[in-house]
Amino acid sequence: MWETVIGLEIHVQLATESKLFSSSSTNFGSEQNTQASIIDLAMPGVLPVLNRNAVDMAIKFGLSVNAKISNKSIFARKNYFYPDLPKGYQISQYELPIVHDGKLEIALDGINKTVGITRAHLEEDAGKSIHDLYDGKSAIDLNRAGTPLIEIVSEPDMRSAKEAVVYLKKIHSIVKCLGISDGNMEEGSFRCDANISLRKPDDEYGIRAEIKNINSFKFVENAINYEVGRQQEILESGESVKQETRLYDPKKNETRPMRSKEEANDYRYFPDPDLLPIEITQKQIKDIQLSLPELPDAKKNRFISDYLLKPDDAEILSSSKSLASYFENCTEHVSAEYQLLANFILSEVIGLCNKKNVEISEAPVDNKEIANLHNYIIDGKISIKQAKDILNDAWESGSKVDEIISNKNIEQISNPNLLTDVAKKILEKHQKEVQDYKNGKDRLLGFFVGQIMKETKGKANPKILNQVLNKLLKGE
Amino acid sequence: MTYTSVKEILTAIKSKDISASELTMEYLSKIKKSQSDLNCFITLTEDTAIETAKRVDNDISKNILKPLSGLPIAQKDIFCTKDIKTSCGSKMLDNFISPYDATVIEKLNNAGTVMLGKTNMDEFAMGSSNETSFYGPVKNPWNHDYVPGGSSGGSASAVAARITPCSTGTDTGGSIRQPASLCGICGLKPTYGRVSRFGMIAFASSLDQAGLFTTDALDAAILLKEISGHDKKDSTSSEISVPDYYNYCINEDKKKFTIGIPEEFVKELNDDVKNTFYDAVKVLEKIGCEIKKISLKYTGLGVSAYQVVAPAECSSNLSRFDGVRFGHRSQNSSNLEELYRESRSEGFGKEVKRRILVGTYALSAGYYDAYYIKAQKVRNLIAQDFKNAFKEVDLILGPTTPDIAFKIGEKMNDPIAMYLSDVYTVSTNLAGLPAMSIPMGFKSKMPLGLQIIGNHFDEENILKISYLFQRETEWHTQEPGI
Repeated sequence: MWETVIGLEIHVQLATESKLFSSSSTNFGSEQNTQASIIDLAMPGVLPVLNRNAVDMAIKFGLSVNAKISNKSIFARKNYFYPDLPKGYQISQYELPIVHDGKLEIALDGINKTVGITRAHLEEDAGKSIHDLYDGKSAIDLNRAGTPLIEIVSEPDMRSAKEAVVYLKKIHSIVKCLGISDGNMEEGSFRCDANISLRKPDDEYGIRAEIKNINSFKFVENAINYEVGRQQEILESGESVKQETRLYDPKKNETRPMRSKEEANDYRYFPDPDLLPIEITQKQIKDIQLSLPELPDAKKNRFISDYLLKPDDAEILSSSKSLASYFENCTEHVSAEYQLLANFILSEVIGLCNKKNVEISEAPVDNKEIANLHNYIIDGKISIKQAKDILNDAWESGSKVDEIISNKNIEQISNPNLLTDVAKKILEKHQKEVQDYKNGKDRLLGFFVGQIMKETKGKANPKILNQVLNKLLKGE
Repeated sequence: MTYTSVKEILTAIKSKDISASELTMEYLSKIKKSQSDLNCFITLTEDTAIETAKRVDNDISKNILKPLSGLPIAQKDIFCTKDIKTSCGSKMLDNFISPYDATVIEKLNNAGTVMLGKTNMDEFAMGSSNETSFYGPVKNPWNHDYVPGGSSGGSASAVAARITPCSTGTDTGGSIRQPASLCGICGLKPTYGRVSRFGMIAFASSLDQAGLFTTDALDAAILLKEISGHDKKDSTSSEISVPDYYNYCINEDKKKFTIGIPEEFVKELNDDVKNTFYDAVKVLEKIGCEIKKISLKYTGLGVSAYQVVAPAECSSNLSRFDGVRFGHRSQNSSNLEELYRESRSEGFGKEVKRRILVGTYALSAGYYDAYYIKAQKVRNLIAQDFKNAFKEVDLILGPTTPDIAFKIGEKMNDPIAMYLSDVYTVSTNLAGLPAMSIPMGFKSKMPLGLQIIGNHFDEENILKISYLFQRETEWHTQEPGI
């Protein structure tokens, strides 16, 4: 009876080589403060100079979610004091963001819906405060200070934690597909704030709480679910929800209010006088439009129509750039049974990747080998069970599929004449059982298959063998 | 040694009449002698000056000559100078050694100048009298009981006292022109964007502009060429090419100037200032200028708009002085909030605090539209006013200040009266226009300045008219007896 209303603010670190307003590197994991120039340190007298690559990346994102790109957009200062914010203000955008009024289609349990994207603006990241390094003192690392971000703000269009995660994953796959972010959530390249409120259907929006800085899909789902429960309890007891900022604690799976001091800010936004407005021409937008890669949705549809894949499988395969290209590279060496190929990749190859904790792009068995394996299967030379074993073997040993098959002599016997000979021999040996079978004991078919498999050391192609046995026993 | 201009000095060095080292020693000794009286300098860079001069002499002996080889210069302490203390007149930066050179400093160094030292100034350039400096007030060389003006008071006083042939300044609301007027020298504020702001400690970013003090308009022309031009480190610096100002000035091609005098600039003047001003106008008429009465009807709103925009930007620009990475850090704090509060309370002076508070207020939720947005609207009206005027006239003329210098201490407890001394200068900053103050006479033995305002990037004609005026007058050659 309560409707959940969710809006997300997603912070995406852009994969530029240098920072948004300085030439310092944006590498992750370098020694502390080695990537902080006089500009990042906010030395007296320094000035920001815009990195145009970040602008192009923001435009790419905007075009990918059917948004409007502002032909003139301005930077504003967001003023607050914090030790990892060297200037005492963050350069962000307030009025006139670079991207606005976009939308994204998402699908959950077979139902499609559209999530509105209010805006996406460029801003710089802060540094990091480290509180547990020195006793009684805080340390500051400014390597991250000034790293470009886009903040993507959605409309309050999502109605469940699951929907929010689907939307979040879709944005994640888009920015990775565009190559504008590495999307690494553990390193903080992709993180999200969730605004959550409850209401009776058709009522006005309720009072919302904002959960800050959640950095995994699972935590987003858990945090929202916890928060929904908390708010429901409050509302049902007749109290009202407090508008506040909260933090999610994954260890205890709960949200807690931030100290009020941390949120009681009047940011005193005003246009940054050090930076000229960003002017974007129609030509620039057109050029970027032409350079866009195929997006996950388009790819999914193409996979369905070109390879006749099931929509769910097409969705998974197209959601990751590396997975999609792995699949497509396989298809170049394959001429049939693409769904079977997709199944094999999604269950076996991905399974091994997860088990061994490697990215698909770094899988030791490459797409040509998988294609080869697939062709052995569809030619009836090996069974799927054998293919799995061969994959495991190739993964561990680094051997080629062809070598493994010939060395182990495990190629299937698919020649019907050969199998007929073996079958005849076995049936003659077991005349009583043949009689029983013909009298209606259907189960004995399995017995014959087992005997023949034993004789052929498991190499008989089960499909062909079935045909052969049926012919011999029933005259079909 | 009696060189009276930058031009003469450059010629003397080039012809080896004097070495850069000799010249440097002369000026250094003058500075040291005057320091206890005038207090023009915060830091005297004696060792690096002597070293630089030697290097210049060595270059000259190999016939390597740069545009400003051997020219001694004083730099306002608002410009960051590598490995040299850059205090901005504040206790906050009393311990700050800059790790880099401002673009203006870099350009002047590369042009061959010899930096004598860093000049005194109002704290963070906030003041019109040089009394807000952490390093004590600067004296006006014409009368030591009087202020030299501000905020570039040290730079102006030093040039007027002839203890440096030239100096740099910055002008946010009149901080070059007003002290130039009160000290009887030339002070040029170029168009916003003409000179890079990189390395110039920001007061109000949309108004700040670096400029120059000299005794002679032609000297300003020579120097302006060297400090101007696009800087990729400053997005607001202009890509418009830099002309040869000096040759433009001395070119005898007569240009018939139409000069506008806004009634708002003269209607409230006292008789002495008014008479001095109209005497100067007569000189211009004599050399063939056409004088036109014009109106800049929003002039009266300039100070109010300025006193919103400048503090608003300053409140944000000065946030970086937090005691965390550089500058003053209070020893009396036990947590983060106290570190901020105490460091800033101890490090900033009264005027700076006042402006931070005013600016913070003006940008606050609920007040932003009434103050900041309204001030921006006034700013646009003022700019439009000038734009219309420049359709009719080439240059605009008026007194730089309503009166001569005031006494030290006279206006310190009356900030509004202090702010009003900028009434004729702030509107050009709001409009981003270039302007220059040149000496036009005296009242009670104290100098008065004539302000010439030009259209955007028309420094050439400001300098040319100033040069032509100085060919007819001797006000700029008057020296205070120190």
